[in-house]
Amino acid sequence: MPGGELRLMTGYDALVEGSIIAGCRFFAGYPITPSTEIAERMSSRLPRVGGVFIQMEDELASIMAVIGASWAGLKSMTATSGPGFSLMQEGLGFAVITETPIVVVNVMRGGPSTGLVTLPSQGDVMQARWGSHGDYSVIALAPWSSQEMFNLAIKAFNLSEIYRNPVIVLSDEVVAHIREPVRIPPVEEIEIVERKRPSVPPTDFIPYLPEPGEWVSPMPAFGDGYNVLVESVMHDEFGHRIGMGQPIAERKIKRIYYKIEKNVDKIAMHEERELGDADIAVVSYGSAARSSLKAIKDARGLGIKVGMLRLITLWPFYDKLMEELSERVRAIVVPEMNMGKIVREVERASKGRCKVISVPKVGGVLHSPDEILSAIKFAAR
Amino acid sequence: MIQEEDFEHILAKKYMRTELMPHAFCSGCGIGIVERIILMAFEELGEEEWRRTVFVSGIGCSGWTPLYFRSDVAHTLHGRALPFATAVKLARPELNVIVIMGDGDAMAIGGNHLIHAARRNIGLTTIVVTNMVYSLTGGQVAPTTPEGAVTQTTPYGNIEPNFNLIELMKAAGATYLARWTTYHVMQAKNSVKKAIKHKGFSLVEIISQCPTFMGRYVLNKADPRDILQWFKENSVPIGVASSKSPEELKGKIIVGEFLHKPEVLEYTERIRMLKERIGR
Repeated sequence: MPGGELRLMTGYDALVEGSIIAGCRFFAGYPITPSTEIAERMSSRLPRVGGVFIQMEDELASIMAVIGASWAGLKSMTATSGPGFSLMQEGLGFAVITETPIVVVNVMRGGPSTGLVTLPSQGDVMQARWGSHGDYSVIALAPWSSQEMFNLAIKAFNLSEIYRNPVIVLSDEVVAHIREPVRIPPVEEIEIVERKRPSVPPTDFIPYLPEPGEWVSPMPAFGDGYNVLVESVMHDEFGHRIGMGQPIAERKIKRIYYKIEKNVDKIAMHEERELGDADIAVVSYGSAARSSLKAIKDARGLGIKVGMLRLITLWPFYDKLMEELSERVRAIVVPEMNMGKIVREVERASKGRCKVISVPKVGGVLHSPDEILSAIKFAAR
Repeated sequence: MIQEEDFEHILAKKYMRTELMPHAFCSGCGIGIVERIILMAFEELGEEEWRRTVFVSGIGCSGWTPLYFRSDVAHTLHGRALPFATAVKLARPELNVIVIMGDGDAMAIGGNHLIHAARRNIGLTTIVVTNMVYSLTGGQVAPTTPEGAVTQTTPYGNIEPNFNLIELMKAAGATYLARWTTYHVMQAKNSVKKAIKHKGFSLVEIISQCPTFMGRYVLNKADPRDILQWFKENSVPIGVASSKSPEELKGKIIVGEFLHKPEVLEYTERIRMLKERIGR
């Protein structure tokens, strides 16, 4: 796709094109509404750019395939929705412990279980962070437009390569199906991160031992002669199974946890609107932020000093940002298409410094701007 | 060809992560023999083949098999070795991708992947180590446990019929199939060699002794030598078996090479052809 163009694109299309520009050359998936269009477009696009598309037998296979392809040297991705994301959780943990860069897109739909098949939701926010067993950390990004589906697809690949960790794109049905203009920048304007390969010979290479000051080590591919052990069991720096080796296990778990959490300053992205003089803030993300923006405009029309903080990075959660915000405003309103999930993080980070008001919305529809406006008015009282 | 008496020493030095020795396996376990079978096959195939080989395994005792090999190795999740390996083959078709699974790994939790890998005829070499019981978890029933066997989870005797892996794989679309026991070291080595050279999806089932749990729960024999003797006495070559009645074959292990269809298109070849067709 030539750069510098403005194109009318769905969120799906934009995400796929962004991924291909980022270097994605492998996609494995299993059809599930409302994420299927990503697999469909990938099946058409990837063979034309020298990549591989495969429709696997289920989601468990899909995520394992994506991890396998990554170790074979390809940037790889899968996409799914609610129940499929649940099935992928064990594989997600496998990617975490083996420090494998992969991108997982979850086009969220209403749950629990098969739930609301084609309707939007933001119900999987906590699952994206805590879904697999054990202690670990992930990066999760929440786009709100077609343009951001494009931008964050590239960002997701870059972050996964930098931190050797799964990155989750938490889209929702509205953002994925919407059709909007997308600016495809010229190639030279796009930053693409390539995986760091080992620079030392195989005999000197230790696959899970970062250089001093680094969080992750370079990653060889299968067939490069490095004889790597990709080990799902707790392992030492060589990839060797350690059995009951508590200090080694503690070191590994802390490193894979902190390589994300300690770099929150570099990872976290957000957007502020009209927050300068605001004494009320609406904290929102994804398509709930679209309704929030309209509500803020209406509230401003009524003379209420309100602004928006839109979270682009949901995980790792940027506590410092929320602390600062909670010192500046009287109240934070948190509209989300779930029963209240990120609001817990907002409450935790704001530590009672201001009022926090949850505006839940479930059942498969967006908030109406009026619903959010009511909450803003309540906060302003 | 190296001398028989030197095999262990030479193969270990050449192919194994000796720093991880001794093995974690129980004494008398058949996995040592399985490792030897694989390494003997590579010794004959040559170093070049070894250098372009990736091993992928699942969970369970058999999943530990390749961890001792000085090679690229992925020890994945229970049942999920095949989808991982499928992607490695898709990304790097020039590599030998060898998948080592236990019977529970391959036929229970990973059964769906096994069927679909065979259906696609993707060029993976799968080695299924069958010991008729779940061993790592302490002796529970497996899809291969004989009917009537008392295990930790079938205290009143196993009421389920067991899988015939070879028949299952034939129906699913595999293009090279063989079965041996750990008693048949040379025959199994030859089959593994052939499976590695075979372009499509190949599977070699190796019935292996587990003195600790299979011995206790299935065969009532604790000495590995007795189990190997039992394998020897109860194995029937496929050529002989074809003239026998089902009653005569009850409880027997039919061994041999069951299928070899080198002419069927392999999956990564199909992908290459698709790309050519659309002009890539």
